[in-house]
Amino acid sequence: MLSYILRRLSTGLVTLFGISVISFFIIQLVPGDPAQLQTSQIADAAVSERVYQQLRELYGLDKPIPVQYANWVGKLVQGDLGSSFHDGRRVSAKIGEALWPTLSVALLSFMLTLIISTPVGIYSALRQGGGFDRSVSTGLYMLYSVPNYVAGMLLILYLGVKWDLLPFRGMRSDGFDDMTMLGQMWDLAQHYVLITFCFTFGNLAYYSRFIRQNLLEVVRQDYVRTARAKGLGERSVVLKHAFTNSLIPLISLIGLTFPFVLSGSVILEYMFNWPGLGRLYFESVLQRDYPTIMALNFITALLVLGITFIADLTYGLVDPRISYEK
Amino acid sequence: MSAEATTSGEPARSYWHITWRRFRRHRLGMVGLCVVAALFLVSFLSPMLANEQPILCRFDGSFYYPAVIDLIHQVPGSKLIIKKKRPYRLATFDFKREFDPDRGDWALWTPMRYGPREIAAEPLAGPSRRHWLGTDQSGRDVLSRMVHGTVVSMKVGFLSMGIAVILGLVLGCIAGYAGGIADLVISRFIEVVMCFPPFFLILAVLAWFPPSIENVMIVIGLTRWVGIARFARGEILRIRETDYALAARSLGVRPAQLVLRHLLPNALAPVLVSVTFGIAVSILIEAGLSWLGFGVQPPDPSWGTILRSGYENLFTAGHMIPPACVAIFLAVLSFNLVGDTLRDVIDPRLQAERA
Repeated sequence: MLSYILRRLSTGLVTLFGISVISFFIIQLVPGDPAQLQTSQIADAAVSERVYQQLRELYGLDKPIPVQYANWVGKLVQGDLGSSFHDGRRVSAKIGEALWPTLSVALLSFMLTLIISTPVGIYSALRQGGGFDRSVSTGLYMLYSVPNYVAGMLLILYLGVKWDLLPFRGMRSDGFDDMTMLGQMWDLAQHYVLITFCFTFGNLAYYSRFIRQNLLEVVRQDYVRTARAKGLGERSVVLKHAFTNSLIPLISLIGLTFPFVLSGSVILEYMFNWPGLGRLYFESVLQRDYPTIMALNFITALLVLGITFIADLTYGLVDPRISYEK
Repeated sequence: MSAEATTSGEPARSYWHITWRRFRRHRLGMVGLCVVAALFLVSFLSPMLANEQPILCRFDGSFYYPAVIDLIHQVPGSKLIIKKKRPYRLATFDFKREFDPDRGDWALWTPMRYGPREIAAEPLAGPSRRHWLGTDQSGRDVLSRMVHGTVVSMKVGFLSMGIAVILGLVLGCIAGYAGGIADLVISRFIEVVMCFPPFFLILAVLAWFPPSIENVMIVIGLTRWVGIARFARGEILRIRETDYALAARSLGVRPAQLVLRHLLPNALAPVLVSVTFGIAVSILIEAGLSWLGFGVQPPDPSWGTILRSGYENLFTAGHMIPPACVAIFLAVLSFNLVGDTLRDVIDPRLQAERA
C-alpha cells in the first residue's frame, strides 16, 4: 500500500513537472507579451519603448525563459504564486476570490445530480425495459445532447429576459448590501438557479444511466441471488446488497468528471457573468496575465491528479479485492 | 479451396457490410445518420441555397452562373482554375441593383436570395416574409448565415477529428506495439495532456494565434487525440496477443506491416465510435470558441457567432438565439445517435447477448 502511494506520488510529480513546463512554454514562446499589450496604447514611441523595457524588467520577461521558469518554480515551492501582471494583485488572492463561486455551483450541481439520478437509475434498473425506463432514458438522452451553453442561452432568453422570472447576471442584484439577511439569501438563491441548472442537467443522463448499468450488472451476481434465496425482502436486496456494490465504479466516475467542472465553466461563467475560476481564466488569457494563467493551469492539474489519486485509493478501500501491490 | 466456401452456407460478407446491415435496423441511429447526411448536403450546397447572386441569369445580354461557381469554389484549389466572370468577380458589384428586367435581364435565384455577408435590410429586424429568421445587428439575413454556418461546423468537426485520428493512431500504435521506452514516454505524455482541461488548453493556445477557423481546427485536433491514442494503444496491446497476430508474426510479417495490415484494421471500428462522438464535441467547442470571440471572425458566419450576436442584443433581438441553439443541438444529437448506434452494432458480444 505504502509503496503504491509512493509510486503514484512520484509519477504524479513527473506529470506535474511536465504540465508546468508545457504551459510555461506555450504561454511564453508565442509573440506578444503583456508588456507589449500594456504599452500599445502609448502614442509617444520613445516613451512607449522605455515603459515597455521597464515593464519587461519588472515582470522578469527580459531574462531567458529557462531562468524565468526556474524563478517561477522557486517561488512556487515557497507557496508564492506571484502577482498578477494585469492589476498587480496577488494571484492567490484573485484565485481565492474566484474559487468559492465556482466550487459552490459545482458542489450544488453535483449533489443535485446524485439526488436525482440515483433513484431514477435504481428504478429504471428494477423495471428494465418498462415504460418508465424507456421514456426516462430517451428524455434524459435528449437532454444530454443539449450543450450546456445552448441551454444557458435559451434559459436566459426566456426565463431571464422574456418572462423576467430569474436574474442571470452575476451573483447579486444591485443594492444587495441594503437587503435584510433573508432578502440577501433569497437574492443569492435566485442567482444560483439558472447556472446550477445548466451545470446539472447534462450529467443527469450520464449518471442515471451509469447507475442503472452498474446495478443491472450487480443484480446478476450470485450473492444477490443468495440474498434473495435466504428470503430477504426485495427492498433490502436492492438497496443494501446490490446498490452499495454498484457504487464502486461511481467513485472513479466522480473522480474523473469532477475536476473538469472547473474548465467546462468558462463559457457558462462568462455568459452568466459569474465571478468564478473559468471567467478568471478567460480574462487572464485576454490580458496575457502569465502568473494567473500559470497558477490556474497548475492548480487544475493538481486537482485532476489529486482527485484521481484519491478516487483510486477509495476504490481499494471500498473493494478489498483490489490490490495495489504488483 | 474455393473462395465462396463458408460454413453457414451464406455468401461471405465483409465486416463492414454486416455492420451496415445491423446498423440499418436501429431506427434512431438511422434518423441520426439522415440528419448528418442532411447537414452535409446543406453545407456542401450552401452557395446554391443562400446567395446574393443567382444560380443562372441573363445580364446585359449574356449568361452567367455565379452561384454554381461559388459551389465549385468549395473544392480547395479550384479558385485558381475557375474564376467568376468579370462583373461578378468584383467586390463592389451588386447584381440586385444592376438588375434591369426592361433590358431583358432575368435570373434563376437560389431559394434564399441573401448572401451571408450581404447587408440586406435594416438591422435587428424580427422574422418576416423576406427574412424568415430576421436580420442581425448589421442587417444580414440570419437564415442565410445559419446555412453558411453549417459549413464551418462540418469542416471543423471532420477536419479536427481527422488530425486527432492520425495523431492518436500513430502514437497509440507505436506505444502499443513497440512498448518499452516509447510506451513509457508516450503514455506519460498522454497523461500530461489529459490533465489539462481541454478548454483551458485550447484557450491558452488560441490566445496567441490570430483567431481563424483553420487555427481552431488545428488546436482542437491537437488536444483531442489523447483519447484515441489511449484507445488504440489498448486495442493493439490486446490484439497483439491474439492467435492470428501470432500466426502472422510466425509467417515472418514485418512489424510495420503487421500493425498496418493485421492489427490496425481490427482496432478501427471502436476508434470510429469515438471519432463520431468526437465530431459532436468538436462542433460544440467550435461554436463555444466562436461565441467567446476566439473562433470564426466577423463578418464570417458561424453558429457560435450568431449566438453571440443574439446574446449581445438580448433585450432587442432575441430571435437569433433559438435557431442557432436548435442547429447546434441537432448536430450534436445526431452525431451522438450515430455514435451510440455504432457502438451497439460493432460489438459482437452485445449482439450475442441480445439474440
